[in-house]
Amino acid sequence: MMDVPAQVVYSRPESLTSTPTTYCPGCTHGIAHRLVAEVLDEMELRENTIGVAPVGCSVFAYNFFNCDFVEAAHGRAPAMATGIKRVLPDRVVFAYQGDGDLASIGMAEIMHASGRGENITVIFINNAIYGMTGGQMAPTTLPGQKTTSSPDGRDVEQAGYPLRMVEALATMQGTGYAVRRSLHDPKNIRLAKKALRMAFEVQTRGLGFAIVELLSSCPTNWGLTPKESLKFIEERMIPVFPLGDFKVHPALEGLRV
Amino acid sequence: MQTEIIIAGFGGQGILFAGQLIAYAAMDAGKNVTWIPSYGPEMRGGTANCTVIVADEEIGAPTVRNPKAAMVFNLPSFDKYEPLVASGGVLIVNKSLVDRSFDRDDLAVVMVPAIEIAESLGEKKLINMVMLGALLERLPVLSIEEIEKTLAKHLPERHKHLLPLNSKALTEGAVFARKALAEVA
Amino acid sequence: MARELLEGNRAMAEAAVRAGVQAYFGYPITPQTELLEWMSKRMPELGRAFLQAESEVAAINMIYGAACTGVRVMSSSSSPGVSLMMEGISYIAGTELPVVLIDVMRGGPGLGNIAPSQGDYNQIVHGGGHGDYFPIVLAPSSVQEAIDFTVMAFDLAEKYRALTFVLADGNIGQMMEPAELPPMQPVDRPIPDWAVRGAKGRERRILSSIYIRPEDEEVTNLRLLERAGKIKENEVRYKEYFLDDAEIVVVGFGTAGRVAFSAVRAARAQGIRVGLLRPITLSPFPSEAVAELAAHAQAMLVVEMNSGQMLDDVLRPVAGQIPVEFYGRLGGVVPFQDEVLTEIERIAHHPPTIEFDPREKWIRRMKEILN
Repeated sequence: MMDVPAQVVYSRPESLTSTPTTYCPGCTHGIAHRLVAEVLDEMELRENTIGVAPVGCSVFAYNFFNCDFVEAAHGRAPAMATGIKRVLPDRVVFAYQGDGDLASIGMAEIMHASGRGENITVIFINNAIYGMTGGQMAPTTLPGQKTTSSPDGRDVEQAGYPLRMVEALATMQGTGYAVRRSLHDPKNIRLAKKALRMAFEVQTRGLGFAIVELLSSCPTNWGLTPKESLKFIEERMIPVFPLGDFKVHPALEGLRV
Repeated sequence: MQTEIIIAGFGGQGILFAGQLIAYAAMDAGKNVTWIPSYGPEMRGGTANCTVIVADEEIGAPTVRNPKAAMVFNLPSFDKYEPLVASGGVLIVNKSLVDRSFDRDDLAVVMVPAIEIAESLGEKKLINMVMLGALLERLPVLSIEEIEKTLAKHLPERHKHLLPLNSKALTEGAVFARKALAEVA
Repeated sequence: MARELLEGNRAMAEAAVRAGVQAYFGYPITPQTELLEWMSKRMPELGRAFLQAESEVAAINMIYGAACTGVRVMSSSSSPGVSLMMEGISYIAGTELPVVLIDVMRGGPGLGNIAPSQGDYNQIVHGGGHGDYFPIVLAPSSVQEAIDFTVMAFDLAEKYRALTFVLADGNIGQMMEPAELPPMQPVDRPIPDWAVRGAKGRERRILSSIYIRPEDEEVTNLRLLERAGKIKENEVRYKEYFLDDAEIVVVGFGTAGRVAFSAVRAARAQGIRVGLLRPITLSPFPSEAVAELAAHAQAMLVVEMNSGQMLDDVLRPVAGQIPVEFYGRLGGVVPFQDEVLTEIERIAHHPPTIEFDPREKWIRRMKEILN
């Protein structure tokens, strides 16, 4: 048998710290963090990047990313990111937000950041529920979905319909990139990473506001096993939140990442 | 010595500018001065007024209940400020826009046909200068020469050609006030 | 530099520009809008950050972000807008960031009106945002002070890594007076070692107001408290007028302080031994000066354009030594000199006694005045 030199095929990206994440088993936040970190490594952006953490389960995102980070008030990450980017336009600034943060309390801030063509990257984790506060109805909760604040299932007559944020943001002139991906299987995870790469390319190329919505799981608050949760994304969420590119800046055409 | 002047009328009559002109001239003359407008929806509703205080000593309150002088450019302002001017004070009224005479006999009141005088000079916008000329004739807080010097100093270059006309309006107002005084005497 | 005739709002804006403000975010609201308008022209022409935000909520959070980069930042608003900013204000205080905010107060509560008021005293001086924090609060009473205190606010904010307010009112914002602007300071100031600007060649930095372990939050709260103590030791400022032999001491800040000054001067002309203490720092409050005066005077009169919000801060150091009277106008009404003079005369000729609540007595007199 020949000696095969040991080869590193998988390791922690430099843009992640060694701190173990505190997310629940089966939660896809960890995957999303890793994908962002891999992109920052690949683009050699780590030392030039400032992240903005939200309020929600990923409130401690700054413990896991190995780059400069600030912590925003609930929903205000795009405003805080704007403040940083306007003072330091040559830095890369990204906001990481959940669905309650971005689509409910932070609706004004996200719409206006996009409207201004704010040259920031937003990672939007949509798991159709409020995780940190214990499973209440989110603006993206599915019709009929049971939560602790919609115990009989979301009644659209009373509580309205889930919000499709990337579709809405794609209509804004300041948006350079608005896509939806899912984290429910390896193929979609690979596609999600490519989208994240594109979203950071949009920023470094000065092409405006970029957002990637990632359909994510919340086994704890959905009351499902991790495996069932991935199925839930595929079978229940994707029909309501279709995957796809809703806006891609023409300057990105032909860009292979 | 402290002199308070309230200037009041419609928006567009040059009320705030007349007040600022006094304030600039007072500053140029080395005096203390405050200028304060009424602001906001009231202003947008068509009325404009400001209070100017000129003093040798430090100025405290920037607004007063009973000013030494008032320049009123329309009837509502006339009605409002005639009773408020301090006894022995000066009241300059734009006679062109009021349909009544004055009631106070303890004030030096001058009813100035400001629009007619301004129109005779060929520029209706000069009513504030006509009124100001009349005021300074009766209220020795600043001289017309000081106002002219200030205009020359602070008027934007593109408006400098209007200086002679402004001077004329100030003088006409002062002449009218002098004549009115002579008639009363 | 020569004196110019300057309006308070624009003067504060230009003073901030000259103090080296690098980012301004705001939202239009009367009576401070001229400040934002001035910034909209000046900041871009100097290559600095200006943005009219979608709301005061967004503006304060943009300021929060910009402050994290370690440069001089400022926002401004008026009462209802400042209420909206309270969220961000608390976060900024919790993150220990040097931020300058200007509140040009108007009549309230609610939509109220746009007339000058001092109704935000408690909201600004005693908090307003959630949690334990202690801002520095400076109260100008003239355009010149509005300029000087804006510059001072940046210096104090930076020195103590503290939230610093300039608490003005509609009169100060809208008034024009001759005043002198400071020279232009360079903007390339040293960047503090806590600033978040990208972790190039160093360990990453995190700026946050989270202390999830109560014990850590308690340590932070104590640090804020100790800092407030140090600020109180070093930075108490006030102005004294005719106090040397004063038997009656009037206390008033901002526009109310100016009106009181006129009244005190008029009362002096009548031979009444009255003086004025005009606090410049409302936080830290000049409590020791008040206590000292109370030891020698016979009565005090607090004059405010609110229902006696500062009165409580005066009563504490007076500690029952002498009677304290109150006179206030509310809801955007600015008192005239003669009203305050009447109060001084009343106190001089009919010395008040200590046993009655000053606010209740004032309400009774107000009812007579208004009827």
